[in-house]
Amino acid sequence: MSVNSTQQITWFMACTTADVPENGGVCVKYQEDQIALFNFSRRGEWYATQNLCPHRQQMAISRGMIGSQGGEPKVACPFHKKTFSLEDGRCLSGDDTCSLKVYPVKVEGNHVYIGISDDEALSEVLA
Amino acid sequence: MRIVVIGNGMVGYKFCEKLTAKLPAGAADVVVFGEEIHPAYDRVHLSEFFSGKNAADLCLAGTSWYGEKGIALHLGDPVQRIDLVNKTVHSYKGLAVPFDYLVLATGSAAFVPPIPGVEKEGVFLYRTIEDLEMMTAYAPKARRAAVIGGGLLGLEAAKALLDLGIADTHVIEFAPRLMPRQIDEAGSDMLKDRLQQLGLTIHTNKNTVAITGEECINGMQFADHSVLDVDMLVISAGIKPRDELAAHAGLQTGPRGGIVVNDKLQTSHPFVFAIGECALHNDFIYGLVAPGYEMAEVVATNLAGGDKSFTGFDMSTKLKLIGVDVASFGAPFIGPGQGRTLVWQDTIKGVYKRINTTPDGKYLLGGILVGDAAEYNMLLQTVKNKVVLPPDASEVLLGARGGQHSGAGSGVASLPDDALICSCEGITKGAIAGLVQEGCETLDGIKKSCKAGTGCGGCVPMVKDIIEDTLKAQGKLLRKMVCEHFAYSRQELYDLIKMKKLYSYDEVLDELGKGDGCEVCKPLVSSVLASLWNDLVLAKGNDTAQDSNDRFLANIQKGGTYSVVPRIPGGEITPDKLMVIASVAKKYNLYTKITGGQRIDMFGAHVSDLPLIWEELVAAGFESGHAYGKALRTVKSCVGSTWCRFGLHDSVSFAIKVEERYRGLRAPHKFKSAVSGCIRECAEAQSKDFGIIATEKGWNLYVCGNGGSKPQHALLLAADLDSETCIKYIDRFLMFYIKTADPLTRTATWLNKMEGGIDYLRNVVVHDSLGMAEAFEAEMQQLVNNYKCEWKEVVDSPELRKRFNHFVNAPGEKDPQVQFDGMRDQKRAREWK
Repeated sequence: MSVNSTQQITWFMACTTADVPENGGVCVKYQEDQIALFNFSRRGEWYATQNLCPHRQQMAISRGMIGSQGGEPKVACPFHKKTFSLEDGRCLSGDDTCSLKVYPVKVEGNHVYIGISDDEALSEVLA
Repeated sequence: MRIVVIGNGMVGYKFCEKLTAKLPAGAADVVVFGEEIHPAYDRVHLSEFFSGKNAADLCLAGTSWYGEKGIALHLGDPVQRIDLVNKTVHSYKGLAVPFDYLVLATGSAAFVPPIPGVEKEGVFLYRTIEDLEMMTAYAPKARRAAVIGGGLLGLEAAKALLDLGIADTHVIEFAPRLMPRQIDEAGSDMLKDRLQQLGLTIHTNKNTVAITGEECINGMQFADHSVLDVDMLVISAGIKPRDELAAHAGLQTGPRGGIVVNDKLQTSHPFVFAIGECALHNDFIYGLVAPGYEMAEVVATNLAGGDKSFTGFDMSTKLKLIGVDVASFGAPFIGPGQGRTLVWQDTIKGVYKRINTTPDGKYLLGGILVGDAAEYNMLLQTVKNKVVLPPDASEVLLGARGGQHSGAGSGVASLPDDALICSCEGITKGAIAGLVQEGCETLDGIKKSCKAGTGCGGCVPMVKDIIEDTLKAQGKLLRKMVCEHFAYSRQELYDLIKMKKLYSYDEVLDELGKGDGCEVCKPLVSSVLASLWNDLVLAKGNDTAQDSNDRFLANIQKGGTYSVVPRIPGGEITPDKLMVIASVAKKYNLYTKITGGQRIDMFGAHVSDLPLIWEELVAAGFESGHAYGKALRTVKSCVGSTWCRFGLHDSVSFAIKVEERYRGLRAPHKFKSAVSGCIRECAEAQSKDFGIIATEKGWNLYVCGNGGSKPQHALLLAADLDSETCIKYIDRFLMFYIKTADPLTRTATWLNKMEGGIDYLRNVVVHDSLGMAEAFEAEMQQLVNNYKCEWKEVVDSPELRKRFNHFVNAPGEKDPQVQFDGMRDQKRAREWK
């Protein structure tokens, strides 16, 4: 995850592990913002990104299909199938002008937490 | 052994190349004299000089190549005298080189007719790079130019003048037609038309008697007393063999020029050979590069200890003149009684084709192509290999009608291994295939290792086909792999999944693939699983592998809302059901529109409303319309014989029957159908993947049509069927499509790619040529039996309904970002940024 370790991270409980379909995503409401959360059970990993597609500003990334490209986990936007790395959010479909913000995820027991760094207002991403 | 070569043109160079390849290093001392200062260059493509190529681009091999091969190359140093007694040549610069063998490759010069005034400034020849450089320097001064000579080279020269920016260019031909040696009168007329459209002015039957002007040319006078004002002239009235050196040395030459040679290309002196355009073989000068190369091969082989003869050469040729294809092959002209001639012309497109066959119509003798020479290679090979013609000889010209286009190249497989593919380099089909088998699998690789395709380039399409065919025969063909996760085509995956009885995406990935899957293979495998087993697409493990629309059983629209399309089989709906749709749409604030497939689409549904909407629709007896799936969409119908005074059968009832049979059937792509009650075709069945039209005796079944971006009419598969047989044929047709089509391929494209086309498909479906008909029908029946409305299953399952929420941690809450605008008393999605 591309999060600076010196930053203060607030973890909030998003949902339970059973709430997220295997190898699929859901949308999590965090204050006034939306975060896409993925249960990549095939890799035993969890990922989170902004839910807003940076291409057409649609709240849709959580409904996208996930997969891998050369070993790198990715998600495809359901609207125009642009793909983005789940690790660092960069566009893998050759569009350098857009990328996704990514968030750290941790699982404790059957609870899934998403980390928000304090000095970053999520609303900036949505602005 | 010392071999001296006089002339460093294309043939002289080719001789050096072949000789050094055949002889062990150091076995011969080779000395080459060239008159020009450039090492041998590609004179065939000289006119490309004007489209940006330079001397280096046209160069066949740099001077360093000669060094590497141990060849002493003397450029800009023409041989002045051959001393046959002392077997020595004397050069302009004073070299005296003794030889054991002498090869004359002096080529030809432009023939300059003895017209008064040819010496004037502004009159050029079209032969060497120097000529071209001089023309280039002079052209800016010229406003109108002419070429004397309407043969192959003359037209090339005219193109050069156009390329130099002289738009007003005239071609003056003495004969009654252009290219009199290669094409007949009708072909010439067509060529003339085309060239005139491109801006050239063509004069035939024009005999130039004088070139006027003081120092510089300012006009031409003709025998018919007409005149033409021109300020630049290029003479390209034919070639004259360069035999003066040979004649001076006492070698025998022909009365109209050319060094006389025998089948070994020996001149009247046994140690002196002549090859290329300077050689007169059987009273014939070969003015093309391919026979010159063959002569080089013969002499090089014999000097290296082999035994080869030159016994004449095919003068077939294909070229592009100012963008117009012209080809002449085999015997282009035949006299009465020698055979039959078939002519086809299209004066609108400017295409003329002529083929000559033997009197019995069995074999091709030769022909002429103007305007479109795509079939040239195939036709030439058909002549050379004495391939038996189809009963309708016109098929070789126009392709088989009514079915697949069988253009040039498709028939390479039918040629024998010894078929000569590249006549410039003398490379056979077998040789090319052999190289491919040894691992040389690209065109560039083939060009490098055997030089096939490096001469005139005309054989390149065939070389490509041979590479592909050979790879295919090795089972190597550039396989249509699904993506990086599966090294199989869709068809292979279909068969493997069926054989191994796999039921979920993950099982398939574990068994047959690698990695984690992606947005390409997931929907593809999901579609195959659905086509095979027809299980619920949202079953656990398969849900997230569905394409975005299948995952929510609805079509995602701008803004992230969904549209809802209940099935309305055949387009028939009761007023009560209409009222249900109306009340649901009103309750959930949905935009409504009649679709092109005779049903009603409701837009703007929030994802969390989808199960509620469907709960009401299902309760009223509606089913999913699968508008979101790669599946059967609608079966449109006209009202038919129940009301229509023209209707022959009840098209609505049959459409409903068909729609209910195939509803929910998943396929490589969406597919549509329609039933019309008579030939007026109000349901537009012939624009559907399968369409049914009532006849007096039953139903006509059409297949593989579609609208969309590339509309294509469906083709008649079978006529006058009873309802039961019609359904059987549709079962077979659809199963065959589902099993064999590439992903996301509509039936029309599938058929277009199918070898044998509709005839083959008819054999499979109607005549059961694969012996699969029974299995197809049984498999289809299985799928029909397994059908369940997937929306009903979701509505009935609390677990599945949970997935239809925008927020996982705030169920039921709607996406606040979704916004609508008003329009004509309804709503529309807000335009995205």
